[in-house]
Amino acid sequence: MGLGLAIAWLVIADPLSPFNNGAPPIENLTVERTVLDSDGIHLKIRAGGSEPVVIAQVQVDDAYWRFVQNPPGPLPRLAAAWLDIPYPWVHGETHVVKAVTSTGAAFTFEIPVAVASPPGGLRPMLAQVPLGAFVGIVPVVIGLAFYPLIRGTGRRGMDFVLAMTIGLLGFLLVDTLAEAFETGGRSAPAFQGTAMVVLVAALSFLVLFAIGRRGGAPTGLVLATYIALGIGLHNLGEGMAIGAAFTAGAAGLGTFLVLGFALHNVTEGIGIAAPLAERRPSLIVFAGLALLAGAPAVFGLWLGSLAYGLQWTALAFAVGAGAILQVIVEVGTYLATRHEGGGAVWLSSPAIGGFAAGLAIMYVTAMLVKI
Amino acid sequence: MGGWFGSRLSRRSLVSGSILAGGTALVGSAARHAAQGQTVPHPTAHDGGHDAGDHSTHGNMITVGDVDLARNGFDPSKLLSDWDTGAVSTLPDGRTLRSFEITAEDKAIEVAPGVSFPAWTFNGRVPGPTLRATEGDRLRIVFRNYGSHPHTMHFHGIHSARMDGVPGQGQAMPGEEFIYEFDALPFGCHLYHCHAQPLKRHIHKGMYGAFIVDPDPSRHPEQEPVARSRLLGSAENRRWQEFVMVMNGFDTNFDSENEVYAVNTVPHHFMRHPISIERGRPVRIYLVNVLEFDLINSFHLHANFFDYFDHGTTLAPTLRTVDTIMQCQGQRGIIEFSYGEHELGQYMFHAHQSEFAELGWMGMFDVVEAVS
Repeated sequence: MGLGLAIAWLVIADPLSPFNNGAPPIENLTVERTVLDSDGIHLKIRAGGSEPVVIAQVQVDDAYWRFVQNPPGPLPRLAAAWLDIPYPWVHGETHVVKAVTSTGAAFTFEIPVAVASPPGGLRPMLAQVPLGAFVGIVPVVIGLAFYPLIRGTGRRGMDFVLAMTIGLLGFLLVDTLAEAFETGGRSAPAFQGTAMVVLVAALSFLVLFAIGRRGGAPTGLVLATYIALGIGLHNLGEGMAIGAAFTAGAAGLGTFLVLGFALHNVTEGIGIAAPLAERRPSLIVFAGLALLAGAPAVFGLWLGSLAYGLQWTALAFAVGAGAILQVIVEVGTYLATRHEGGGAVWLSSPAIGGFAAGLAIMYVTAMLVKI
Repeated sequence: MGGWFGSRLSRRSLVSGSILAGGTALVGSAARHAAQGQTVPHPTAHDGGHDAGDHSTHGNMITVGDVDLARNGFDPSKLLSDWDTGAVSTLPDGRTLRSFEITAEDKAIEVAPGVSFPAWTFNGRVPGPTLRATEGDRLRIVFRNYGSHPHTMHFHGIHSARMDGVPGQGQAMPGEEFIYEFDALPFGCHLYHCHAQPLKRHIHKGMYGAFIVDPDPSRHPEQEPVARSRLLGSAENRRWQEFVMVMNGFDTNFDSENEVYAVNTVPHHFMRHPISIERGRPVRIYLVNVLEFDLINSFHLHANFFDYFDHGTTLAPTLRTVDTIMQCQGQRGIIEFSYGEHELGQYMFHAHQSEFAELGWMGMFDVVEAVS
C-alpha cells in the first residue's frame, strides 16, 4: 500500500526530473548464443539498460552487413532476440560482430574460432551420449573400481582416503565457484551473476544439509549418495558449459584432452567409494552411484547445446557448489565421528596427507585440461 | 596455437573442442558430420524487396534501412551540386563582394539508418554549405554561434591573422557573432572547418565544409579556356557535371574510431541512390577529406582513369591518368574524367581502404545517355 503510493507519487510528481540531464540512456547487450550454419551467423542477444535498446546496424569484421532481427523492434530490459546475419564466415577463423544501436553505442562480440554449429535434432543428441558418458560416467566407474583396494586398507588408510575425498571436493568447490562466477559474470547484468551464484549456492547447501541431517549425520551409503549427487551437479554444470562451447564452435585440440578430463574425474569415483568401505553394497548400488554422478554430464551437454542463457549455466554451477560444500561438511563430520578424539583427527598425518593428496591430484590432473 | 584463441579459453572450451576430436574417435560417423563444419557457406541474399533502390553489386554488405533525409534536413545527393555563392554586390572599387551568413547549431542527425549522432553543424547540415566564389572576390562571412560551445570558421585560404578563425583570433562564443573578411585566394578546391579546441572533437562532430574558389579567366590568359571551364556559370562550365564530395566519418560511440564512413555523411547513400551522369559530358569532382582518426582517405574510380589537380590550385593536372588518389586529413583536390567512350551502366567509386568502403564509403555512378 505504502509502496503503491510511493510509486504513484514517483510517476505523477516526477521528482526525478531535476536529475534528467539529457544524457543518452545506458545501454547494454549480451550475447547468449552463437550459431554458425550455412545461412550465416546467428546471435541470441539479450538487452539490459535504462531504456529499450534499438539495434540499428550490424557490422561483421568492420563491414556493415544486412541482418534480420527476430522478433523485430526495440528490446526492452531483459528481452532477447535473434540476429540473423547472412555472412559468409570462414571455417577456423575469427570473426567480430558489432551491433550499433540507435544512440551510436557499439557492442562487440567475438567468435574466436568459427566452426559450424552441430545441427539440432535427435541424431546429434544421441551422438552426445557416448561423449557425455566418457567424460562423466566412465571415470567415476573407474574410480569406484578402486573399492576393493579401499576396503583392504586399515583404519589409518581409511582416514587417508576420506581426507583425500575432502581434498578433491575442496578443489571441485573452488573450481565450480570460479566457473559459476565467470559464467555468471558474462550473463546479462540484470541477472547479477555474482549475487545470484552466492545466494543459490548458499540455498542449495542449506536445503541439502537440512534434508541430509533429518536422520542424523549421514554415513555409509547415504553419504556416498550425497557425494555422488554433489559431483553429479558439478558435472551437470560442466556438461552445460561444454555443450554451449560445442555449439559455439570452439576449436578441436585433440583426444588427449578428453582423456585428461576423464583422468581428472577418476578421483571423483574414489571419493564416492570411500564411505562404503565398511559396507558391502551390491553392484547395482555401484551402478546407481556411477549414474548419479556421471549421467548429469550427458544432460548437461544436451541442455548446453539447446536453447539456454548463460545465467542457467551459472545457476547449475551454483547449485553444484552448494551440494559440494554440503558433502565436504558431511564427509568431514563422518571422518571426525570415526574417532573418539573428534576433530583432532584432522591433525593426524594420514588426514593431512590425504587432504593434501586430494587437492594435489585434482590440481595436477586439471593441468591436462586447462591452458 | 595460443594466439589462435582469445584470452577466454577455459577448460570447457578446450574440452568441447576435444569432444569434437574425441567424439569422432568414439562414435565414428555419428559425430563426424557435426565435427566437419568445413563447408564455407555462401548465404544467399534474402532481401525480400527490402530497399527498392538496392543493387546486386553490394549483396548483403550494406547498412539496413534508409536515413530519414527529410528529418535530417539535407539530402547527400542534393549536396553534390548545392553551391552557395552568397549575396553578390559590387564594391566602390568595382570588385565583387560576396556575403554569406553561417550559423553554428547543435543538431542530432541520423548518420546511418537508425543511428543518431549529436552533431555540431554549420547551417544545420553536415557537411556545411559549399561556399563558392571567384578568385579575387571580396568575401564577407557573418558567423553566428547558436551552439553550446565556442566555435570558429577557419578557412584554408589566404587571409590575415585576425581572420584566421582560431581561439583568440576570430572565435565566437555561444550567442556571439564574428565577421570574417578576406579575399578569395588562391583559386582551388579548399575547405573550412571549426578550429576551436579540442580541434579533433570540433571537426569530427560535423563542423566542416567545402570552400571552392573558381579561377578568374582574365588572370590566366595563357590557359583561359581551362580557367573558363572551371568558372561556375560560364558557357564552358555548363558542359561539365560538377559534384562536391566531402569524405567524412562519424565516431558514434566516441572511442576515437569511426563507426561510419561516407561521402557527404550518409554511408552507402550513393549505392542506394547512384549519381546519374550523362555519358557525353565530362565530370569534375571537388574532393575534400575531413576524416578524423584515420590518417588517410582515398578515392578510387572503377573502369576508368582520371586527371587530378592537388588542392585545385593549378590549371594543369598534378597527376595524370590515375585511378586512385589518396588524401591526408584536410587535403583536397579536383578530379576530372569522362565516361564518353564507355558502355552505359553503373560504375563504382569508393575509398580503396577496404574497411572504409565496407563501412559505408562507396557509391555508384550511373552512366546514362541523358539525365532526365
